[in-house]
Amino acid sequence: MSKKELGLGLLLIIIGGITAALNPLFLSGVNLLNMANLIGLFGVFSIGQGLIIITGGIDLSVGSMFALLGVIFIDLLVNYELAWPLALLVVLAMGLVLGLLHGLLVTRLKLQPFVVTLCGLLIYRGIARYYTNDATMGFGYATNLDTLTWLASGRSFGIPHPFIILLIVAVAMYVLLHRSVFGRYIYAVGRNEEAARHSGINTNAVIAGAYLIGGGLAGLSAVMLVFYTSSVSPSSFGNFYELYAIAAAVLGGCSLRGGEGSILGIVLGTILLQILQNLVNILGIPSSLNFAVMGSVILLGVIADQQLGKRKQARALSRSQGVAPAPAE
Amino acid sequence: MLLELDGIGKTYPGVRALDDVSLTLHAGEVLGLIGENGAGKSTLMKVLGGVVPPSTGQIRLNGRSYDRLTVAEAQAEGIAFVHQELNLFDNIDVAGNILFGREPLRGGPLQLVDRKAAAEQVLPLLRRLGADFAPHTPVAELSIAQRQLVEIAKALVANARIIILDEPTSSLTLSETARLLTIVGELRASGTAIIYITHRLGEIIDCADRVVCLRDGKMAGALPHEEITHANMIRLMIGRELRALYTPPARPPGEGGLSVKGLVTSAFPHKQVDLRIRPGEIVGLAGLVGSGRTSLARALFGIDPPLGGEVLLDGQAVRISSPKDAVAAGIYLVPEDRKKDGLVLDMPIAENITLANLHHHARAGLVDRGAERRTAEAQGKALRIKAPGMEVAAGTLSGGNQQKVVLGKWLSMEPRVILFDEPTRGIDVGAKGEIYALMRALADRGVAILMISSDMEEVIGVSDRIVVMHEGRISGALQRDAFSEKAVLRLAIGQDGEAAES
Repeated sequence: MSKKELGLGLLLIIIGGITAALNPLFLSGVNLLNMANLIGLFGVFSIGQGLIIITGGIDLSVGSMFALLGVIFIDLLVNYELAWPLALLVVLAMGLVLGLLHGLLVTRLKLQPFVVTLCGLLIYRGIARYYTNDATMGFGYATNLDTLTWLASGRSFGIPHPFIILLIVAVAMYVLLHRSVFGRYIYAVGRNEEAARHSGINTNAVIAGAYLIGGGLAGLSAVMLVFYTSSVSPSSFGNFYELYAIAAAVLGGCSLRGGEGSILGIVLGTILLQILQNLVNILGIPSSLNFAVMGSVILLGVIADQQLGKRKQARALSRSQGVAPAPAE
Repeated sequence: MLLELDGIGKTYPGVRALDDVSLTLHAGEVLGLIGENGAGKSTLMKVLGGVVPPSTGQIRLNGRSYDRLTVAEAQAEGIAFVHQELNLFDNIDVAGNILFGREPLRGGPLQLVDRKAAAEQVLPLLRRLGADFAPHTPVAELSIAQRQLVEIAKALVANARIIILDEPTSSLTLSETARLLTIVGELRASGTAIIYITHRLGEIIDCADRVVCLRDGKMAGALPHEEITHANMIRLMIGRELRALYTPPARPPGEGGLSVKGLVTSAFPHKQVDLRIRPGEIVGLAGLVGSGRTSLARALFGIDPPLGGEVLLDGQAVRISSPKDAVAAGIYLVPEDRKKDGLVLDMPIAENITLANLHHHARAGLVDRGAERRTAEAQGKALRIKAPGMEVAAGTLSGGNQQKVVLGKWLSMEPRVILFDEPTRGIDVGAKGEIYALMRALADRGVAILMISSDMEEVIGVSDRIVVMHEGRISGALQRDAFSEKAVLRLAIGQDGEAAES
């Protein structure tokens, strides 16, 4: 556990503690499970966002992807009466394809990630609304969805499935990012793409791979979110969720310059965001202040990190000069 | 007298860039400034431009005396630079660039730029310089030669009395060069003093009134107008004592190795390069900055893939379209800019060393950290990398130790050809010797080595054979018994065909 993650964990405990002291309901089983559910829902795609941010990119399109994949998913189940495993596979595959598309546009055509995914945000939302004539889509009388409903929104041992899915995804992505060759390449490419290329790494493939994974995780999240709300209004479903994901990643220690961040940090960032949301509700703060509270905490967090980083750099510099008195150039 | 430099010296930690340099400049005079790469020309001009403060000496300008100049003072005294890399905003039009910081305004407190007045002010200047473009042309649409005119116009608007031209013709065609020389003549006639820095001695003969030559940061000598000849200038540029660095190879070079036939690089699409490096030999690649040496290395390593020609390794053709291909074939590059291209500075030393070969330190796609640590420690020991441990960030090391980390990355693999681009730039003397010894040891292990270097002492002292490039092609090769600074320099300035009287 790095210092950054430790600090974030400490912040979580302090904010949680204060909230619990002000209103003991915060620690009630119902509230905790409700939060765990939301953490699961938001954590999965925040991890995808984090991977992309570590390569030095960004994905603004996830919220709109949820709307598009959501309406397609319901349409497949309800109107085309596709068996649910197939519909699930189609949606996951579409997530992967959209992610790959973003990756290829970024690496092959050298477009800026911000622009590519901003266009995605507009296009997917537009298509979703056109496809449904802007009407809300629900499951209606669709049958045979009990298994999938249970999988995506049920509980095992009392724990909401989205949270369990997040744990599985987090462990898998932890191994991928922090233990695998691919993960090492992601950090190297994010920090210094030229040096990575000079080491014979196919940097385009690494970057496109991160977008591909991000797209797949967005597909998975779309399915869980559909079952959480049990209907999709294409004009509002998933609105601003890309910003939640970016906020969680940045709060968790990812630098938008790339090359920095960890899975644990992103998960902690997601948890902190959900606690903040919950705190607004439970302490009776007007919910219209929700975004303002979130923004302030992120800003303070980033400022604190910046100041600590500066001090750390100064220390590292004095240490290295102690070791190597030879004249650097 | 317009300008007098008196005893200018500049010391960087461990390096004496300038040592007791004195020169004078009069109004209406063109002073040619020559010297090899790294002789101190650029540093001297930076002192004059106020960018670098001198450690010792006096600068006298228009009767005022300075210990050091600031950029603002240099400009106020009428010194203007026309840089090698042009300093123009290519998203702003010609008039906007020429009048940058002194735009004619209108609209009172609104401070709007008066585009009409700007054009009227700029037009006569452009006419005087014989420019064929209008004041409102965006700079992005201009050729290099045209941009240079914009730079000169900028200097004239600032009432520059001293214009410094730094390698002004390096990317100009013959006719553009001829026109620039005409303009230099006109400026001189109107009383402007010019310092003309170039490697092209022919231009000096054409336009200079006097020549000053720097060598190793010192004044090597001066020539009055009537003594300016190729032979005299070359005599001034060379002639220092070279230390004995050479260690002969343990055995004669083997067969095979790297052979390059008709290679076309993207930097010089109309020139072809043929080159052979045998296993066990160190081939020095000399030439002036911009002669195509780095382009050749980048093409061989697949960064700017070659446009044509073939590359053979031990007689087998290899196709190189990316660094990945080159690494797979065993051709490695130690790049010139190790901070930008060689290392991921924030990553630990160990991770930098295994970065190119991570698949051999992994099982089922997962990094085997034990194996990684063992490799890193083996390299750290073999190369004597001075660091508290292999887990510290590579960026905290000194230049020489950083270079060893780059080397460690390649030595932990199976090198067949290593291309060194300026291997000891920014490295102190002690570490230099270690790097040379490592290169020799590698060659003796059967690796073919190409060493690009602008340091004459290094080229002559370390190489078994020297190949020289001039404007994108190989202008000649020298065997060890024919090594001399003069021979290398002649080839580097493209003088191989001319009479060799000295």
